[in-house]
Amino acid sequence: MSPILTLIAQRIALGVLLLFAVSVLIFAGTQILPGDVAQSILGQSATPEALANLRRELGLNDPAIVRYFSWLGGVLTGDLGTALTTRQPIASTLMPRLWNTLFLAFWAAIVSVPLAVILGLLAVRYRNGPIDKAISGFALASTSLPEFFIGYLLIFFVAVQMQWFPSISTVYAGMPLADKLNAIVLPATVLVLVVLAHMMRMTRAAILNVMQSAYIETAELKGLSSFDIIRKHAFPNAIAPIVNVIMLNLAFLIVGVVVVEVIFVYPGMGQYLVDHVSKRDVPVVQAVGLIFAAVYIGLNIIADIAAILANPRLRHPK
Amino acid sequence: MAKAPASAQGVGKTPDKLLEIRDLKIEATVYPPGEAPKDIVIVDGVSLTLERGKVLGLIGESGAGKSTIGLSAMGYGRGGVRITGGQVIINGRDILKSGIGGLRKLRGKEVCYVAQSAAAAFNPAHKLMDQVVEAAMLHGVANRAEAEKRAVALFKKLSLPNPEVIGNRYPHQVSGGQLQRVMTAMALCSEPDLIVFDEPTTALDVTTQIDVLAAIKDAIRDTGVAALYITHDLAVVAQVSDEIMVLRHGKLVEWGDTHQIIREPRKDYTNQLVSVHRIEHEEKTPGDKPLLSVKNVTAAYGGGVVDVLKNVTVDIHPGQTLAVVGESGSGKSTLARAITGLLPPREGSITFDGRTLPAKLADRTKNDLRELQMIYQMADVAMNPRQTVGTIIGRPLEFYFGMRGAERDRRVAELLEEIEMGKGFLDRYPAELSGGQKQRVCIARALAAKPRLIICDEVTSALDPLVANGILKLLLNLQAVENVAYLFITHDIATVRSIADSIAVMYRGAVVRYGSKSQVLSPPFDAYTDLLLSSVPEMEVGWLEKAIKGRRMEAAGN
Amino acid sequence: MPDLKTIPIGAAIGLFLTVVLVFSAVFAQVLAPYGLSQIVGDVWEPMSAEHWLGTDNLGRDLLSRMLYGAQTTMLIAGLATALSFSLGAILGFTAAVIGGWFDMILSRLVDLLMSIPTLIFGLVVLSVLPSTVLTLILVMGILDSTRVYRLSRAVAVDINVMDFVEAAKLRGEGRGWIIFREILPNALSPLVSELGLRFIFAVLFLSALSFLGLGVQPPEADWGGMVRENKEGIVFGIPAALIPAAAIAVLAISVNLVADWILNRTTSLKGGRGNG
Repeated sequence: MSPILTLIAQRIALGVLLLFAVSVLIFAGTQILPGDVAQSILGQSATPEALANLRRELGLNDPAIVRYFSWLGGVLTGDLGTALTTRQPIASTLMPRLWNTLFLAFWAAIVSVPLAVILGLLAVRYRNGPIDKAISGFALASTSLPEFFIGYLLIFFVAVQMQWFPSISTVYAGMPLADKLNAIVLPATVLVLVVLAHMMRMTRAAILNVMQSAYIETAELKGLSSFDIIRKHAFPNAIAPIVNVIMLNLAFLIVGVVVVEVIFVYPGMGQYLVDHVSKRDVPVVQAVGLIFAAVYIGLNIIADIAAILANPRLRHPK
Repeated sequence: MAKAPASAQGVGKTPDKLLEIRDLKIEATVYPPGEAPKDIVIVDGVSLTLERGKVLGLIGESGAGKSTIGLSAMGYGRGGVRITGGQVIINGRDILKSGIGGLRKLRGKEVCYVAQSAAAAFNPAHKLMDQVVEAAMLHGVANRAEAEKRAVALFKKLSLPNPEVIGNRYPHQVSGGQLQRVMTAMALCSEPDLIVFDEPTTALDVTTQIDVLAAIKDAIRDTGVAALYITHDLAVVAQVSDEIMVLRHGKLVEWGDTHQIIREPRKDYTNQLVSVHRIEHEEKTPGDKPLLSVKNVTAAYGGGVVDVLKNVTVDIHPGQTLAVVGESGSGKSTLARAITGLLPPREGSITFDGRTLPAKLADRTKNDLRELQMIYQMADVAMNPRQTVGTIIGRPLEFYFGMRGAERDRRVAELLEEIEMGKGFLDRYPAELSGGQKQRVCIARALAAKPRLIICDEVTSALDPLVANGILKLLLNLQAVENVAYLFITHDIATVRSIADSIAVMYRGAVVRYGSKSQVLSPPFDAYTDLLLSSVPEMEVGWLEKAIKGRRMEAAGN
Repeated sequence: MPDLKTIPIGAAIGLFLTVVLVFSAVFAQVLAPYGLSQIVGDVWEPMSAEHWLGTDNLGRDLLSRMLYGAQTTMLIAGLATALSFSLGAILGFTAAVIGGWFDMILSRLVDLLMSIPTLIFGLVVLSVLPSTVLTLILVMGILDSTRVYRLSRAVAVDINVMDFVEAAKLRGEGRGWIIFREILPNALSPLVSELGLRFIFAVLFLSALSFLGLGVQPPEADWGGMVRENKEGIVFGIPAALIPAAAIAVLAISVNLVADWILNRTTSLKGGRGNG
């Protein structure tokens, strides 16, 4: 096997291992309470019979390790368990919400990624000039703004005062795409603003790092035009860091989605998670937490593989 | 000096004059910490002319402005440097007036550049051939097929291995010495009138340097290109240039033909540069009992399989200097780590003053540590930047001798006198000292422990020759006064001659030659020592050709 | 210490606003015209001379609640930052200097914790833990200490391999001297700047939790919770929720400006050519 394939295989194996460790951590995270889940669900006033029933139902009489493996076995076969509050299987409730979340994140990414790369390039091209200063000022501000500030500001002015878009983003199965898109304009805008600054700053740093290399000076001393220098000499070396930046920020976006869904009452996975955290519905929280973590780890693996693929030292070993 | 310049504007150009720089002034803005930015002058009123096919060497210490002048011949200022005055006339036109478009037509066609570190100057993402022919194709000098043919011919001329296929490799697949030659081929490929060589051999080992130097010289002669050859090493520039210009602090010191500069320098500064290595050092005869004995030491990093030290045995006598000489990767610094206990040897023993030292640093007594001090190559990172000179020198006094207050301060002041600096430096931070002063403070810190042996790891390599000479003289004086022994690690034979009593030559982890200075440096030589000694540039015209002819062994870098 | 005379205008504004906000948080009890839960008027009254910021969803004085909210928000965020910082920095430095299995185990554990987004893991843990201020501080502090650990370990590892630390080891200095006299003074500046960023993160994290109804519980006031209480007004054109949200933004930007300035100064101390 070529060394590069070995490296990629190693990285994927490591990711899978990490995912298992994370599942242990998430499971353990819901076991740290001094009492038990049944008690916290039913409250202090519960009768001993009700407690005993619920414990049996949840399998709480088994040791934690047995419960972990039966949970893990279920997850691996697509059975995420049953919600305590609704008695519905989690998987069937979760799937449409997962798609809604991915739909929202997808459109936010489609807008923010090219925008961030272009603005990052502009900032490098006019480094230390007014454009660069404005862009980094904007970046500083937007990394400090809470999502709900941007969100309610948009709702207040764009949805309420001007009535351009709905303030509540309702989507349902079978809704026409155009309506769906109209519904998610505001939440997607918030997400874009949240990740844009960060992504732009990192893109700028990545390109700047490449532009300060000695081989860029060599190209300049060959008489190449700025455009050719960027196209032929900077770009091939900047792909990996930029892909890396993008993946890290998509992971960031996945997290930002939780608050944004609550602001716009969007029927996604984040909203589902938050609802069930306050209801202390542990099986749902575990399942959703695991899915979020899996997406996050997956994006990180892609980022690392992109970096491996783009490295000429690894592609063309001695 | 310069002939009266003919009217250089346009038509009236003299046929043999290629480059003329008039009254060049170059400035840069620096941002000192905590102060307002200010402009400093890097090059101040330098003028020169260069005829077609001639080589002019630009020489000076760091900060002399030699690279900046070289790059100005391409209208280029590195890192925010600005050309603020004067003219740079190439082929009859002032390139500073030609705008960025005109400069792009000039760069890579009329003037090409060879950088100090080819490893960084090649784009890691492209094959060598694509980069070598790029400029020639861009400027329409040749089409791809012609350019590649010419490149292969140049690879051959520069004695690169496998000239037909080496272009298919990526930069990281080729050694440093070879890359430097590929870069020379890249510069020659578009048949320029002028090449700027910016310290092209400085980063190479000495045995590799001689081959690259010879290749560059042949290529210059055969193609008839003119060159500005920038270096800090007078002996190197004497081999390749027709004329030499000595620069200091951005100003011209002296300009003349190579013979005159190295035989009859007119200026005092030039004379100092020429005679820099002439420290006479009488070899001492070893006593009967060595201070430090290294016996059959073998060591590997991280319990690894590759031994970086192989069966090394050397002795150091009290008050004397053992020089350990070798190229990068020879294991000379690893030997220092083994002796200090930072890298416990796998086999062998180290005896100090009759007692066997524990292999690990942690097992050694405070007295063991005190008697064996170390001085590093990079003085700026060898001192804590947040401590004053007083604290740095005072700490060993507190730590080993429990000195406090006035007693300690008095001793620190004495030590500062010993290193010829004076107690005015007591409250300075390392960042406020020059390179030579930093190294002196490190010497004082070592001396403060009253050691029997000091390990000096390339202590002069990062310094300019004149400053380095001052440090060597100081070390010799201190040895006479304090009777301290040195283990002196270096790659520089001239330094060895100046300071050593005995010498160990290391090659690939083993000692290949060991004995008193006079024995080691007199024939008959083993093959490696012969290669090493014959590769050290000497300050005489024609040395290079003689040395190449007389060699018996190929350098490792090939 | 940074020289106040050369402070750029942005950092000066940031410093000024930070000081004002901290001051009003510390003296909330003195400054607030009304009590925390005191109902003083109608629901969502507009701004007036009597109620400078109007009233909230239950008719309480918004300015008073903002001041008390500042206190709660900054106290919890500050304590969480203090916890994450001392925990992360001590473990990070120790791992860098000791190395070996200690470093190995701790670093892998931190990798694992950081492979789950902080907010998600925080929610998972909060689904079973009681919602008290102590829980919040512990959860936020421990989760965030992973970042401080990584930074301080990286900084310390960089310094630990420098020749001056090796020189101290060769001199025979103990671990205490090496950590506190050789490494710490050189690691301080990047860590101080990071302190500001961690504090911002704690403020935003706490506000997000409270906004989701999982942080500070009513009737206590904190800024994130106040956004939640008043968010229903937004669709009726009542901007009460925007005021605490804006306050969070102002605090975060101000601290950010100061931290940025400190960080820039540190890099230029190392001899860099200004803002690359």
